[in-house]
Amino acid sequence: MNLERKARVLIAKPGLDGHDRGVKIIARAYRDAGFEVIYTGVHQTPEQIVNAAIQEDVDLVGLSCLSGAHLYLFSEVMRQLRERGADDITVIGGGIIPKEDVPKLREAGMKEVFLPGTSLAQIITWTRENIKLK
Amino acid sequence: MFTVKTLDQVRKEMEKWLVEIRKVLNHSQTRPESSTVSNLDIKLIYTPEDIKDLDFKTNIGYPGLYPFTRGVQATGYRGRLWTLRMFSGFGTASDTNHRWQQLLKYGETGLSTAFDFPTLMGYDSDSLRAHAEVGKCGVVIDTLADMEVLTKGIPLDQASTSMTINPPASVLWAMYLMAAKKQGVGWEKVNGTIQNDMLKEFIAQKTFMCPPEPSIRLISDTIEFGTKHVPRWNTVSISGYHIREAGATAVQELAFTLANGIAYVQDVINRKKMDVDAFAPRLSFFFNSHIDFFEEIAKFRVARRMWAKIMKQRFKAKNPRSWWLRFHTQTAGCSLTAQQPFNNVIRTTTEALAAVLGGTQSLHTNSLDEVLALPSDFAVNIALRTQQVIAEEIGVINTIDPLAGSYFVETLTNEIEEKAWEYIEKIDKMGGMLAAIERGFPQLEIANSAYKFQQQLDSGEKVMIGVNKYRSSEETLIETLKVDEGVEAEQVKRLKEIRRVRDNRKVKQELANLRAACQSNQNVMPYVIQAVGEYATEQEICDVYREVFGEYRDPGFF
Repeated sequence: MNLERKARVLIAKPGLDGHDRGVKIIARAYRDAGFEVIYTGVHQTPEQIVNAAIQEDVDLVGLSCLSGAHLYLFSEVMRQLRERGADDITVIGGGIIPKEDVPKLREAGMKEVFLPGTSLAQIITWTRENIKLK
Repeated sequence: MFTVKTLDQVRKEMEKWLVEIRKVLNHSQTRPESSTVSNLDIKLIYTPEDIKDLDFKTNIGYPGLYPFTRGVQATGYRGRLWTLRMFSGFGTASDTNHRWQQLLKYGETGLSTAFDFPTLMGYDSDSLRAHAEVGKCGVVIDTLADMEVLTKGIPLDQASTSMTINPPASVLWAMYLMAAKKQGVGWEKVNGTIQNDMLKEFIAQKTFMCPPEPSIRLISDTIEFGTKHVPRWNTVSISGYHIREAGATAVQELAFTLANGIAYVQDVINRKKMDVDAFAPRLSFFFNSHIDFFEEIAKFRVARRMWAKIMKQRFKAKNPRSWWLRFHTQTAGCSLTAQQPFNNVIRTTTEALAAVLGGTQSLHTNSLDEVLALPSDFAVNIALRTQQVIAEEIGVINTIDPLAGSYFVETLTNEIEEKAWEYIEKIDKMGGMLAAIERGFPQLEIANSAYKFQQQLDSGEKVMIGVNKYRSSEETLIETLKVDEGVEAEQVKRLKEIRRVRDNRKVKQELANLRAACQSNQNVMPYVIQAVGEYATEQEICDVYREVFGEYRDPGFF
């Protein structure tokens, strides 16, 4: 990466969903691509995620949800980020998310939602092109 | 297995064959190397040479006899077919009861419960943590009243019910036992399984509540209680399924599952001072049937052989029933694709076939839409019919363990065994599975395999049709099940009503009794049953566990 400092990425699992295979692969892919990665572990509340994002001063938050609760959980993360003036952080997401929910998540402020079948390279490339370093 | 003369002849013929194929190989597109989905190398051909050291009696033998490579039942599927058991649950207890009745009508022979995330994690429907998850991934159960609705019209002295429940297993089991009691069914007749396998939660599935040590204590309590009072119940289902879904290889799935089994057996012996033969016959297992056909068959066969050795040699069990590895199988959810979802029927069919050829006792076949949502009635019907076709049309159940003696299958069986023992020895050296989990060993091994597989997919080295090969630009639209958004509000209302009408003084007393039992060495089960009987909620009981035992936080190894 042609950056002064490493971009910092927070990878997070909101809600009660424990499916962490995908999210850990993503975390590792970011690490291998030269990003600084913080992974929250499973079972985080939106508040815990927003706290971590602000404290760790990250450039990007990646959310993963496979339980069907993504609309509420992702939107709640976005709402709290806004509320705390941290909505300059780029937020993306992935998981078992029906296509028709993607516009709703964008409307809530998410920059991109990656659906099953996306390659790691696509996600890394997208991030390099779209991340805003603070 | 073969005479020296035969083997000499085999080698000579092999030389001739090699000469022939070299001519062809030089000009053809034949792939020089091949491996299983778990990256075990596979040769172009196997011969008697590969199994020359095999001893029929000690390695293969007969079904129903040690070491059970060919099955635990002497009569195979002719004596008793596997249980057709479809994992299902969504919405309210009443919604799921209807689905169960439907599945029984379609010919399913065992019940299996999928709970929603709040229930799996020990939260009530009105907990802040439960919001937007109620009834989504499974059925919501807050109190005994819900369990009564769930089991309504199902004769609990005849049905066999499996419950995929882990940290709150003692609570849901207590509710089931109380529901049976209310039906007038004695516990000596109640038959089913609670998953109750916490070690694989820390390793893979990640529904955890309390730290590992007290989690194991609760499991040993249930095993002890079941042995004494519910003799037909499987109090633990030692599960490789989730380990595999998390990305493990076949060898890792097998090795970590057996190592978890060793940890449970050891804990009951140490903590409860019970004789191994008193409880070991009720231990059950649960494996994944993944996409690599022969690798899976070999894995199932060798799982039985390894567990038999563990129980006989390591734990000195004398009852042959203690040597049995009985298992349920689910086809691999992670092998299914959101793209071109109808292809999932084919994947599930071959995986189910592998499970049957591997001698499973019970089987769930995934529905074609399970990668998108909870299965629709249409999709679940095909999934069940898949099992019925295998059972009743294609003839594979006619003879027991039909692949025994195959040069290839026996070789693969031996290779998987050898590699799995290496893992078990390594875990033993670390001080057992609890110590291994503490240092993140199985977690990282699985994460490595999962990452490697994703890279192999991205590079095209491994193939998933519709994902990285034969992609289609057209999207297949299928109608999926939508859980009614009103479920949460309805359930919260119901829960509040129960809290209002029950005897809250009694609930408080029973919870205090349970707290005291948790703080001492007493078995918690009688106290949980008492509390549940007074309609204490799941979370009220789990909060006692959390308060006394503490909460586990995901260390987030990746």
